[in-house]
Amino acid sequence: MQAQLTATDIACRRGDRLLFKGLSLTCGPGDIVQITGANGVGKSSLIRILSGLLRPFAGQVRSSGEIGLIDERLALDPNQPLGKALAFWQRLDMTRDTKRTLDLLQLEPLLDVPVRYLSTGQKKRAAFARLAGSDCPIWFLDEPLNGLDMEAQKSVEALVARHCENGGIAVVASHQDIGLRVKEAIAIEDYAA
Amino acid sequence: MSAPLTILRRDLGLLMPGGSGGGILPLLFFLAVAMLYPFAVGPDAQLLARTGGGVIWVAALLAAILPLDRLVRDDLEAGVFDQLALRGISEELSMATRLVAHWLAFAPLLLLATFPAAALMGLQGETTRTLLLGLLAGTPGLAAVGLTVAALSATLRGGAALAGIMVIPLSVPILIFGAGALARPDPSALLLTAAISLGLCAVAPFAAGAALRAAREV
Repeated sequence: MQAQLTATDIACRRGDRLLFKGLSLTCGPGDIVQITGANGVGKSSLIRILSGLLRPFAGQVRSSGEIGLIDERLALDPNQPLGKALAFWQRLDMTRDTKRTLDLLQLEPLLDVPVRYLSTGQKKRAAFARLAGSDCPIWFLDEPLNGLDMEAQKSVEALVARHCENGGIAVVASHQDIGLRVKEAIAIEDYAA
Repeated sequence: MSAPLTILRRDLGLLMPGGSGGGILPLLFFLAVAMLYPFAVGPDAQLLARTGGGVIWVAALLAAILPLDRLVRDDLEAGVFDQLALRGISEELSMATRLVAHWLAFAPLLLLATFPAAALMGLQGETTRTLLLGLLAGTPGLAAVGLTVAALSATLRGGAALAGIMVIPLSVPILIFGAGALARPDPSALLLTAAISLGLCAVAPFAAGAALRAAREV
């Protein structure tokens, strides 16, 4: 099955505030879409709407293919060593090849370290290891480069590039420049209500 | 291993004594209450034997409240339920496994601790048996109420204190019939306790799951 993501005429309301409206988006295999905008315009809300976790105030989202998400929440048990915390998701996702991703993200030496001791950038890399293990074709990345050093940024970009070469979709919300060939850049300000 | 078993294993790792959730605390609390009560009312063996069963029930109810603070909140804040939902694992399923894990983490130890507690109160063998059967029938219901309340209050500030206050009135039916069985020789009160428990366990995953979904909209 080919990965597809279509959103039509999305509007998002948080509390009493209408953040944006009339936003549409179509992606197919291999596409990278970047969502830009200042803090608080609704990048994260849009990501959560597209991934199906939040109901849009108006409009529709259709997707075919499993969905993976990275946001500011790690979903790894802070008290467990990284290896054990990742192992739960790997068992759930029935991950086959874990070594390659761990090598690329240079996480192998950290597997015995409890998650709460990891730095911001190391946590972000751990989240990518969790995502890459899940084998889902549609990736939603909310601020994926936060806290990463130059080298880690490169590995993460390589990971996303590999994912899209294999027919995946990546939707990236970031105000930073991602060093990737972006098919479409959406500035949320253009849809501000 | 299938997904529900994998999740159950993780939940048990979090909640069981020796895990990261402080699973031994309810047991210590339960025993502490059972030890304090004879000090408070004095060594009148008849009074202790008559009221001891009820006190053990109240202690069990209060002990069941202790783990609620971290039962749902930590994973909700860490985005675990979001990640599970994205994998097609419904909130109802993750709440059902958590209900099982929560019960396994506090109830069996509590049942064991009932023996020393009953000895401290000087309860008769027959009374201890009714007490144990009552707790066995009632604790799943307590766990179900606790889970629902924990999920409902997970996003609220001061949710832990609120959870305690919300659990107590909802547990009253279990307490009335469970502790009431001690005063009557026939088993109908025990059966009614079990029925209430079953009903609560059936509803809890759906109620708690709906609470988790509602928490996303906050």
